[in-house]
Amino acid sequence: MTQLSEVRDLEKTANLGTGMLRREDQRLLTGGGQFLDDLPFGDFYEAAILRSNYAHARILSIDTEAAKSLNGVIAVFTASELGPILKDLPPKVTNPKLNYQVRLPIVKEYARYIGEPVAVVVAENRYIAEDALELIEVEYEPLESVGSTAQALKEGAPPVHIGSETNVAVHLIQQAGDPEAALKSSPHVLRETLHVARGGGHSIEARAVAARFDGPTQQLIVWDNTQAPHYVRQMLATIYGVSEDEIRLIAPADIGGGFGPKAQFYGEEVLIPWIAMELNHPVKWIEDRWENFISATMERTQTHHVEVGFDDDGRLLVLKDVFEHDQGAYCVGLKVPTITMSTLPGPYVIPNIHSELISCYTNIVPTSSLRGAGRPQAVVAMERMMDRIAEHLGLEPAEVRRRNLIQPDQFPYAVGLTFRDGSPLTYDSGNYPALLDGVLERIDLAEFRAEQIEARKSGKFLGLGLAMFVEGTGIGPYEGARVRLTNTGRVMVSLAASPQGQGYETVYAQVAADAIGCDIDLVSVRHGDTSFIPYGQGTFASRITSTAGPAVWQASTQVKVDIIDVAASMLKIDSGELVIRGDRVEVGDDPEKGVSLAEIASIANVGRHGMSVARNQPVAIERTSYFKPSQAAYSSGISAIIVSVDVETGKIEILRSILGHDCGTVLNPLLVEGQVLGGHAHGIGNAIYEEAKYSKDGQPLTVSYLDYALPTAMEVPTPELFHVVSPSPLNPLGVKGSGEGGTVPLPASVANAVEDALRPFGARIREIPLTPDRVLAAIYGFQRDET
Amino acid sequence: MKPSRFIYHAPTQIEEVLDLLWEYGDEAKILAGGQSLMPMLNFRLLAPAHLIDINRVKALNQYSLSDSGLTISALARHRDLELSPEVELAYPILHEGLTNIAHVQIRNRGTICGSLAHADSAAELPSIMMALDGQMNVRSKSSRRIVPAGEFFRFHLTSDLDSTELLESVFIPSMKRNSVGAFDEVTRRKGDFALVGAAVVGTWSERGTIEDCRIVCSGVAPTPLRLLEAEELVSGTDLSEEVLVAVQQLVMESLEPTEDVHTSAQYRKKVTGVVVRRGLARLAEQRSVVNV
Repeated sequence: MTQLSEVRDLEKTANLGTGMLRREDQRLLTGGGQFLDDLPFGDFYEAAILRSNYAHARILSIDTEAAKSLNGVIAVFTASELGPILKDLPPKVTNPKLNYQVRLPIVKEYARYIGEPVAVVVAENRYIAEDALELIEVEYEPLESVGSTAQALKEGAPPVHIGSETNVAVHLIQQAGDPEAALKSSPHVLRETLHVARGGGHSIEARAVAARFDGPTQQLIVWDNTQAPHYVRQMLATIYGVSEDEIRLIAPADIGGGFGPKAQFYGEEVLIPWIAMELNHPVKWIEDRWENFISATMERTQTHHVEVGFDDDGRLLVLKDVFEHDQGAYCVGLKVPTITMSTLPGPYVIPNIHSELISCYTNIVPTSSLRGAGRPQAVVAMERMMDRIAEHLGLEPAEVRRRNLIQPDQFPYAVGLTFRDGSPLTYDSGNYPALLDGVLERIDLAEFRAEQIEARKSGKFLGLGLAMFVEGTGIGPYEGARVRLTNTGRVMVSLAASPQGQGYETVYAQVAADAIGCDIDLVSVRHGDTSFIPYGQGTFASRITSTAGPAVWQASTQVKVDIIDVAASMLKIDSGELVIRGDRVEVGDDPEKGVSLAEIASIANVGRHGMSVARNQPVAIERTSYFKPSQAAYSSGISAIIVSVDVETGKIEILRSILGHDCGTVLNPLLVEGQVLGGHAHGIGNAIYEEAKYSKDGQPLTVSYLDYALPTAMEVPTPELFHVVSPSPLNPLGVKGSGEGGTVPLPASVANAVEDALRPFGARIREIPLTPDRVLAAIYGFQRDET
Repeated sequence: MKPSRFIYHAPTQIEEVLDLLWEYGDEAKILAGGQSLMPMLNFRLLAPAHLIDINRVKALNQYSLSDSGLTISALARHRDLELSPEVELAYPILHEGLTNIAHVQIRNRGTICGSLAHADSAAELPSIMMALDGQMNVRSKSSRRIVPAGEFFRFHLTSDLDSTELLESVFIPSMKRNSVGAFDEVTRRKGDFALVGAAVVGTWSERGTIEDCRIVCSGVAPTPLRLLEAEELVSGTDLSEEVLVAVQQLVMESLEPTEDVHTSAQYRKKVTGVVVRRGLARLAEQRSVVNV
């Protein structure tokens, strides 16, 4: 195998390190994006799905006759017609201790949340299909239901899964040191209960699946705007009982955002292709926004009971956190709560840690990862307490943080817990003091405190909030890339992972061009089709740059060696004398002498029919590489927020937002900045606006943008960004993830800022998002009816 | 989110519109800007058998400003009025309210009359129309009537219009000399419906007192809510700090607001007093401008 080279010095690269504009921008900005519903499918039937309108009910009967007889309706399917595919959709991440409950593609007997699929109508178009939904008569026997973790964990609560003795899905504990003893001996202990609400992903195209069985090739072709095409193909092959080669899964070039919910596997993805095969006619299902609100997975609901012990100087001695996590009606995966468990300690030296998860089932649509994936809640628990320590001791919050930070010479740093990837929680790289310094260079603390005191005199309440975080990114098991020289002398990079706006077509052209040394305009990047490359995992968990990135780099460096070796054989010259320039391989000190990449492709790939090839001359220039990281790479960051709070209306105005971010080597600063800015907007939404509300028995109350306050451009301030670069030693590019870091600290930093502003009132912020209602309740102490 | 089947009508004359309403009544809905109706159709909250699109009725697409007042016909868009310097000069409070409605794209399509006929108490225009003592010109095939704004809003999303009637236009009488107004609201996001809002109007007398004060709140009840006690408290005063504090206290103590998914009754109770006080404080600020 070719020796791997490394890129660390971006000064010497032609493309990497420069903020190239996205190749994707032209089509996206001119209305030419190809989302799933834009693809020219022709005469596909359209499906609509009848969803349970009970949070918990037993289905006694379903009458589909009237629906079937409606003009334009092709077929109606319920569980009784779908026997062969009534198979479990297993959790993506599980644990032996999980109180495991089967999740089926469609309700067989018990509906456990409002939105769960009950029947599928296939019609000539979606209008008719929706008309037919109204004609299906379902006889429900309503059952008691629970609409929050608090309800679910109450003594004698009705079970979400009848037959299960408890609504607890899993109870896990991780410890480092001796937390109980440390709590007893700590000079100071502070406790608090903190709650973070549910929110959604809100991709611009909701979920969508289309499928056609291709008779001539006997292959099922599925278009699915998923974040993980190979994962979906694998799940379908397992459930349908076919080989992976019998299914071609295509994620369109543009899927309108993923944010996590599209990295999960849903019943609809099983139902639609199967129905297309049953009907022997193509079918598509485009999820509408209302369906998305009630049936796409969400995240965030956690209640943390956190305790910190510390000494007189504010040095952390112990952290104990017991938190309740809302799993929803089924366990789609345990990734989120297990990420929370290990994200708690953040950038601090904490000798004793107790991290305890109580995850429970509720009669609400299941949760799964959503940009930030369990981290924003962990950061709320830790960083809110850092501010409380500062308040308790009369210190600056920044100073308390400074005293506790892991130092740059302590890496690799073993925290003492285990990360969700199964490896010990060991931070590979970082420079946390530089992040804090970056903020303090931009905010003069003394000046701010003087201004804060002055402003109060005129009834203006200013506050400063900080939050720091460490974020496990770039997890395994692997990601793949195939790089080949095409007949026209171009380089084709095929990725297993499909993007949702991250700019893969741009950044992986940069990686391949620099690894090979050719002109970047010769490099094309394609993705999202399982026929391009046999295996892959998918885009989630801020993992692609540090897994697919090295895979592209490895495959490209191998292709470079092949290209030069073929050229050496053609030119009868030592390969050491050759260099790749533009679209040619040339003799270094005699550029006149050389061959084009197209000529090389002709010799190596097309070949001469039946003729033998010289022993040292490579053939078929095509390399596939899979990179498997040894463990997660840890990004880090800091948010600083300055707010002004209107204490009469509870409205929060963000005056400044500063974000410091460390994702290691920055391959394309423009793309990284875009990721961080997008994450920041999402974080502002989580901190102040977004909340999926449910009644006590699980009725969703916010199922449109009228009621669910997704922030718009008007609500999101432009943050001041800065980067700290501590390259990861875990991959040849030195990269770490950047897709979620902008989101992770915001709920905590905004809450810290608001509490700081309201300190004269002694207000306690315990619930996020910080709606005007909650802010006033915190100031004036009026009771709110929280479920 | 596809509407139920409906028959689409695209009349070009008012008389045709009225004929269609006469014929189909309960089974028909008027489509003007569509900014509330289309989502309701797509959610199937409404499933009218007939949709009467009035966008081609040229006679309805106008507004006119005269000495007596402003007449706004059924198709005039929010944005038409918002961008009119004459309207801004004659009715600053209306202009202010218009800029608070949703977003520019929505104001480009949405109509004044459509918003009023939709009768959402958390919207800006119903409370402003009541504060300005506007009149609704209602017409059917068989009759015409004028409904004062104060009697037009019956319940949440329910107006005084019967199923054969069209809100043909609204009339806002011109503001008296030395009349001033202010609109204030608290929303979750820019452009949202109000958690609470208040439209206040009054006239500065030569003695330096505020007279004929109208205070109308949005978002706190099933209809815009006129606060008569508060009006009485402030009328005839100079809107001094003491008066403002007293009226805030009165509103907070007397109001029994509704609760919904957006916020609690307790919040509304507390903050309605605040927006009323802030609105009145702005009337006080304008005292110097009107040369009293």
